[in-house]
Amino acid sequence: MIRLERRPEASQVMSYASPLIAILLMLIGGLLLFAFLGKNPLEGFKVFFINPVSDWYGVSELFLKATPLMLIAVGLAVGFRANVWNIGAEGQLIVGGIAASAVALYFQEAEGAHVLILMVIAGGIGGMLWAAIPAFLKTRFNTNEILVSLMLVYVAQLLVSWLVHGPMMDPDGFNFPQSRMFEDSALLPLLSEDSRLNLAFVFALGALLAGYIFMFRSFAGFQMQVAGYARDAARYAGFSAKRMIWIGLLSGGAMAGFAGMSEVAGPMGQLTEHVSSNYGFAAIIVAFVARLNPVGIFFASLLMALLYLGGEQAQQYMNLPSSISNVFQGMLLMFLLGSDVLINYRVSWKEARV
Amino acid sequence: MDASILSSILFATIVAGTPLIIVALGQLIAEKSGVLNLGAEGMMAMGAIAGFAITLHTGSPWLGVLAGMAAGALMASLFAIVVLTLMGNQVASGLALSILGVGLSAFIGKPYESEILPTVGAIRVPLLADIPIIGEPLFNQQALVYLSWVLFGTIVWFLYRSRPGLVLRAVGESPSSAHSIGYPVIRIRYLATIFGGAMAGVGGAFLSVFYTPLWVEGMVAGRGWIAIALVVFATWRPFRVMVGAYLFGGVMVVQLFVQGSGLGINIPSQFLSALPYLATIIVLVIISRDQNTVRLNAPVSLGQPYRPEA
Repeated sequence: MIRLERRPEASQVMSYASPLIAILLMLIGGLLLFAFLGKNPLEGFKVFFINPVSDWYGVSELFLKATPLMLIAVGLAVGFRANVWNIGAEGQLIVGGIAASAVALYFQEAEGAHVLILMVIAGGIGGMLWAAIPAFLKTRFNTNEILVSLMLVYVAQLLVSWLVHGPMMDPDGFNFPQSRMFEDSALLPLLSEDSRLNLAFVFALGALLAGYIFMFRSFAGFQMQVAGYARDAARYAGFSAKRMIWIGLLSGGAMAGFAGMSEVAGPMGQLTEHVSSNYGFAAIIVAFVARLNPVGIFFASLLMALLYLGGEQAQQYMNLPSSISNVFQGMLLMFLLGSDVLINYRVSWKEARV
Repeated sequence: MDASILSSILFATIVAGTPLIIVALGQLIAEKSGVLNLGAEGMMAMGAIAGFAITLHTGSPWLGVLAGMAAGALMASLFAIVVLTLMGNQVASGLALSILGVGLSAFIGKPYESEILPTVGAIRVPLLADIPIIGEPLFNQQALVYLSWVLFGTIVWFLYRSRPGLVLRAVGESPSSAHSIGYPVIRIRYLATIFGGAMAGVGGAFLSVFYTPLWVEGMVAGRGWIAIALVVFATWRPFRVMVGAYLFGGVMVVQLFVQGSGLGINIPSQFLSALPYLATIIVLVIISRDQNTVRLNAPVSLGQPYRPEA
């Protein structure tokens, strides 16, 4: 009989191996899923995981998709470390995108770098404002931040829907629910001419570095880490719980808002109802798979971006709905949370004692 | 106001509140045992597509409801294995279950997007349905509406009048004491979690088989999360769950009546659609304002993993 036995101390090896086990299980699950759908599993594997990155353009698309994920996940990780559960990054991204678009549309005729700089600021502030609502309600009224931040996702989706059907709709757009296309001065510069990869990718790498420094080299980061492990210890040490809630939520909000800006000023070039492709939720998975560590977030974002691209390929070449990406994402997180048991427990085969 | 309008508002309110009651009561049982499953949204989505597909293929809405129940229970079992046997983090696992369920249902549901089910007729209770104003809303309803009342009565009896209900509450309040007097804590939590999933599945199937009746990706539209909020709002009491669900049902249907009323009010539809979500936030603020309200009423071990040591 299989039994779980508590390890004398948590296994370092397993804390790194567990995400790899989860990825392996996800791949096996994927092969089974393809087989179940009557598709050749190896062919499906190739279309999903190899074809998207078989040339430079594919790789650049991978980095492009990974950009918002890195930005959001590093912001969320700051809060998650202190058990501040901001799961409304999707909404914060949308509001950041709206704010940045408002700036872009206001400065339509303007030239110069100030447009983009203002868009970055507006995006960040928009996301922070949306995240400030659960932070304020949590610190002032003790309201559950999970539910509030999540409800605000739906409100943000309705808000952007209203704006692109109304005040921000392109007047010459034949009534399509989308804003005017942005001028060049409101678009992020491309990193190379033969791809869509833009400056936001560089900012995302910078954000990972800044996140690393904050988490592991700053006192506030240390306080949040302590609060995550042992809330009472943090309280005895006199660390302010309210301050951590604010930092946790606002960092996630700012980063998600910036990610929203990088979408409207990047690959989209305008505001539509579909500002986000579930990046806010996928980034939660990224943060967990990465063990809330910025280095891990880099790799987990690339993996998650690959799942997005694989889903698009599967839609194009295998006639499968693109939501297959979400299935892979959900599987990955479930498997990870399950295999994490191996960090503190080992599996042993023993006769059951009566 | 015209009596017939009032009657139809009441009618629509009760219909809209019904899936919330079913899902939230299931969630209540799971939470009473100490398990916090944030995956209700995903389980409802899976229940909705399973119910829709089976009803379409078999022509029987009741087989559809059973399929929805099975789909929800299956999803909850997966969750239970991760958090109860493998001791995974309940908050994160619930999120994962929501993401998985919403994604998987969209994936499975793609071929069904253009299909429509025949409307299922209401069951009219003779005489009672003729009472003015409240007769139609209360006694000329879908069978599942009546069943939601039966579910409510059963759960009240189970929790407060039956021995297994007492054991369930004991497991949620203090798993180690329940274990030391010989109750199988993990098995009870499994059962409670799976029951919660089954009810979420039924709630989802109600939406796709009776309420709309069609399948659209994302049709659950946050109802799973609202149901979770309802349990907090109701401070873990079944009667308040029911009242709360109808209040939310009312908020959800307001939109239809404001727009159809010809009152000359021209509010963008998105603002009205946002009302249920804003209402959820407001009631959470009201109920959480006093720290003790939530702390004293929540099952003590809610969300905490438990492992009986030998």
